[in-house]
Amino acid sequence: MKKSRFGAWLAVLLGSLYFVLPLVATFEFSLRLKRDEYSFEAYRIVLADPLFQSAFMHSIILAIVTIIIGILIVVPTAYWVQLRLPKLRPVVEFITLLPLVIPAIILVFGYIRMYNTSSFLPLTQTALGTDLLLSLGYVALALPFMYRAVETGMRSIDVSTLTEAAESLGAGWPMILAKVILPNIKSAILSGAFLTFATVIGEFTLASLLNRPTFGPYLQLIGAKRAYEPAALAIIAFAITWACMGVLQVIGNATRKSTGGKS
Amino acid sequence: MSALTPTLPGQKIRVGKNFAAWLGVLPFFVFSLLFLVLPTFLLLIGAFQDSAGNLSFQSIANLARPDIVKSFVLSTEISATSAIGGAIFGFILAYCAVSGGLPQWIRPTLMTFSGVASNFAGVPLAFAFIATLGRTGLVTAALVKFFDFNIYSAGFNLLNFWGLTLTYLYFQIPLMILILTPAIDGLKKEWREASTILGCSNFQHWRYVIFPILWPSVVGATLLLFANSFGAVATAYALTNSTLNIVPILLFAQIRGDVLHDPNLGYALALGMVAITGLSNLAYIFLRARGERWIK
Repeated sequence: MKKSRFGAWLAVLLGSLYFVLPLVATFEFSLRLKRDEYSFEAYRIVLADPLFQSAFMHSIILAIVTIIIGILIVVPTAYWVQLRLPKLRPVVEFITLLPLVIPAIILVFGYIRMYNTSSFLPLTQTALGTDLLLSLGYVALALPFMYRAVETGMRSIDVSTLTEAAESLGAGWPMILAKVILPNIKSAILSGAFLTFATVIGEFTLASLLNRPTFGPYLQLIGAKRAYEPAALAIIAFAITWACMGVLQVIGNATRKSTGGKS
Repeated sequence: MSALTPTLPGQKIRVGKNFAAWLGVLPFFVFSLLFLVLPTFLLLIGAFQDSAGNLSFQSIANLARPDIVKSFVLSTEISATSAIGGAIFGFILAYCAVSGGLPQWIRPTLMTFSGVASNFAGVPLAFAFIATLGRTGLVTAALVKFFDFNIYSAGFNLLNFWGLTLTYLYFQIPLMILILTPAIDGLKKEWREASTILGCSNFQHWRYVIFPILWPSVVGATLLLFANSFGAVATAYALTNSTLNIVPILLFAQIRGDVLHDPNLGYALALGMVAITGLSNLAYIFLRARGERWIK
């Protein structure tokens, strides 16, 4: 017994070394911009760069639009499948898993072919149209976890009783969805939203191939040109991912407490 | 027909309700058709056409070009190595955290960190590894300083096969931990007790109890890891600056500027990629359903 515990400790120790070392190294590297002393100069340069600010804002707006469209598409679908169309469940589940099967680079290649300037829906003709296309692409990429999160939330509440109660009080279904179902699966939606945010914020492939100046392509650009700023950016990106996952954890714990440890 | 059957009031309401339901799921289906199914489908059609749009198998045949075969082989090697490596190390870590007799706090810490690290892919990950194992990276410099050992003179290069594989492991191992932990949780303590009472050796317990239960989950997850790295672009692109000719990088360059000088060959390349990631993912989904039988 003691021997196996030693092995477990060793495995965890070596594992942590592999995972912590790159973070330490990146942080150390990011402080090395001034020759003789450690400083946050690289961070200052990055944060003051107008290109950084605009790219970062662009990504945040895209993430918010993506989350809103995602919720509008996923919540009604999960609701009606649960309530009235259970036969559709396998089909819907299969479709939501498709983004795992189709890599992002294939998806965007398809978009470029289907929505180019000479197509029936020339979304790539204008910057706004391309941004919309990019957002819709992100909705597609985020579909697997957005749907799973919302569906889990939907299963943990009694959808049909809630709906009947609301109907008997005279509510129509847009009202039911917005005022009864949505508040009850708030934490599930929030988890989906933060996962989506973490995915969208530094995404590179779609943004780069659709030629939009978002955070992902900006990171790549700086990486090709500068030495210390990329390390600072990597630390910033890691902090954002960490924050998103931290919020997820808090939401999960809060839900577990409020449902008495059931979910 | 429907005009002849008398409609009961209840039936009428049901039709009305289901109409609302169908209307409610319509946006989902329109969306997935327009932004998931059709773009992919039209792209793959292009693989079976010549430049004039006629049916042709020339592009598919062109996949046998030596440079393209080489990039498929390289991609497969990197993805398989990082998937199998991720599976082995991920399994060891997940198993140690669940039933290695370690303190309680290890497990939630490992799970939270895995959630972060599995999402920490792409360009920033490449930066992190350049700062660690690049020519002036911290670990590279430390090894020279303290052990007088230069990994670059020893043949290591972050920008080639092993460098990329080592970098991919940073999101592959955590992904494996996240997928496998529920399956390892499903191993009941009673099974261990039962096999001990029946006089099983440790090896027999692994061979006849744990292995038959866990193999669908482990193999399935390994296939998911394989597809995951096969389709990844950003990390490799930022790390190697497109010097390493793996399939996604080649496709990326082709979309940017038709480096193959044959658009239809680009579509065939996409088809080859979808075939590989698609098959391994479908196998994963199938094996996951099998593996979940034990998790109640």
